[in-house]
Amino acid sequence: METTMRQTWAFLFRGYHLTRRYIGWVIVFNFYALVTSATVALIGVAAGNYQLTLTLVVGALLWNYLSWLYQEIAMSIAYERWEGTLEYTFMAPVSRVVHLLGVSLYSLINSVITSLIVLAGLVLFTDLNLRGANLPGVLVVVGVSTLAFVGLGLMAAVFPVMSAERGAEATHIFQGSLLLVSGVYYPIEVLPRWMQPLSAISPATYTLSACRKLFGVGMEGSTPERLAGAPLSAVTHELLVLALMGAVLLPLGLWVFVKIEAWAKRTGKLKRTG
Amino acid sequence: MQQPAIDVSNLRKCFRKRNGFRKSTEVWALDGVTFYVGEGETYGLLGPNGSGKSSLIRILSTLLIADVGEVRMRGLELPAQQEQVRRIIGRVSVDAAFYKKLSARENLLYTALLYGQKARDAEKRAMEILEQLGMENSKFSTPLEEMSRGMQQKISIARALVLNPPLLLLDEPTTGLDPKSRRDVQTFLENLKRKEGTTILLTTHDMAEAERLCARIGFLAQGKLVAEGTVEDLLKKANAQTLDDAFIKLTGEELLDEELVAAEN
Repeated sequence: METTMRQTWAFLFRGYHLTRRYIGWVIVFNFYALVTSATVALIGVAAGNYQLTLTLVVGALLWNYLSWLYQEIAMSIAYERWEGTLEYTFMAPVSRVVHLLGVSLYSLINSVITSLIVLAGLVLFTDLNLRGANLPGVLVVVGVSTLAFVGLGLMAAVFPVMSAERGAEATHIFQGSLLLVSGVYYPIEVLPRWMQPLSAISPATYTLSACRKLFGVGMEGSTPERLAGAPLSAVTHELLVLALMGAVLLPLGLWVFVKIEAWAKRTGKLKRTG
Repeated sequence: MQQPAIDVSNLRKCFRKRNGFRKSTEVWALDGVTFYVGEGETYGLLGPNGSGKSSLIRILSTLLIADVGEVRMRGLELPAQQEQVRRIIGRVSVDAAFYKKLSARENLLYTALLYGQKARDAEKRAMEILEQLGMENSKFSTPLEEMSRGMQQKISIARALVLNPPLLLLDEPTTGLDPKSRRDVQTFLENLKRKEGTTILLTTHDMAEAERLCARIGFLAQGKLVAEGTVEDLLKKANAQTLDDAFIKLTGEELLDEELVAAEN
């Protein structure tokens, strides 16, 4: 147990020191996330429609959190390949579960901090009143959907294992596809008909749908002065789907990663020399 | 007879190289390699680029899975018992792979934690190792990217040794080092063997290094172990005066060159 704790701490230790050394870039990325989210939210402000503003704010905030979490996990393997340290991690007597959950834990902490920064910025830019929103319910939904997104991140993390050059590109394509079909800034009904079924397999679709109800978007009785956030019972369907996705995607992500690691070791994809 | 620290039998590894969209050719990186390394012995593998040295080290490091053959490390079988094998090996590769923005201290502590060691104990041992390798303590907090290649390689050796493994796999650890750094590393390895009884498998291009450090040497060419023995054995077998000459005669490099010249003519 003590060994497992130390091994988990190793990934937090590494992540913390890398963040510290790349602090300039961390500030730039956070600034960019904040500005992008604010720019989207201001479309609602310009339209003078608080419901639209709230829809966009919830979309920007949640997409920021979920995509950051996904990307940090998926790209952690790409960073290791670029630095050449992946082989040393794979050589260490650390189980893949501890390795990947350690990486996910650091990514989660990072995503929460970034999302809090973006939330603070959005409140400043849009002057939104969140009174009446079911914020504890939002935290429950985000917590449950985190598991599904960690699972997706783990599955995407196999791309850099398969190819140092193309892997990172593939993780971004996958992330972009999720953004397109999940109804982050628009209702999924505006997508081409053939594309709409894809939204049903994205966990972000259910997270956004549930959180918008909990914030009070489109709810009867919601006014700019006081929102009418739905109770948690109103999003039971979304919660169940998200829980099921988490229960499937998390172990599936770990399983896929272990299988691809074994394949990479058989084919010499980690690095082929001499 | 005592069980060997490393026991490799009929090891074969093939890579597929793509030629266009549908065609691929097979390249045998290792082709029926058999050898052993005794406990506490330093064994050298000499071979040109592409001879299979790194593939062999990577199989022993659990980073590559052989197609055919058996590998036992202190009685543990690969790849079936790879988790246990990882606890008894340390590896230094030719390219010192680190988080270059992090300091030596941060990189070494990360490795120690990853292996479940106490950070304080690991830090103390790392400082001792670096001192023996002729490195100033003040460099301990310097980011790796600000260090010379020689210094980075010393940190790489410290990383492998901070775990105090009984088996050390060194893949061209002194390639690209200046003469002083090379001598520091070689002296350190001699002391390590004498004091700790560490078993070392060393691949190198440097004949003098192999002669100095290794009890026995194997010549690897085109994935085959073409000869092995003590320096005296190899000189006798090749009827040569120097290890350089013995290597050229026994690996057939000279013959290949002649064929190439003939083909060009």
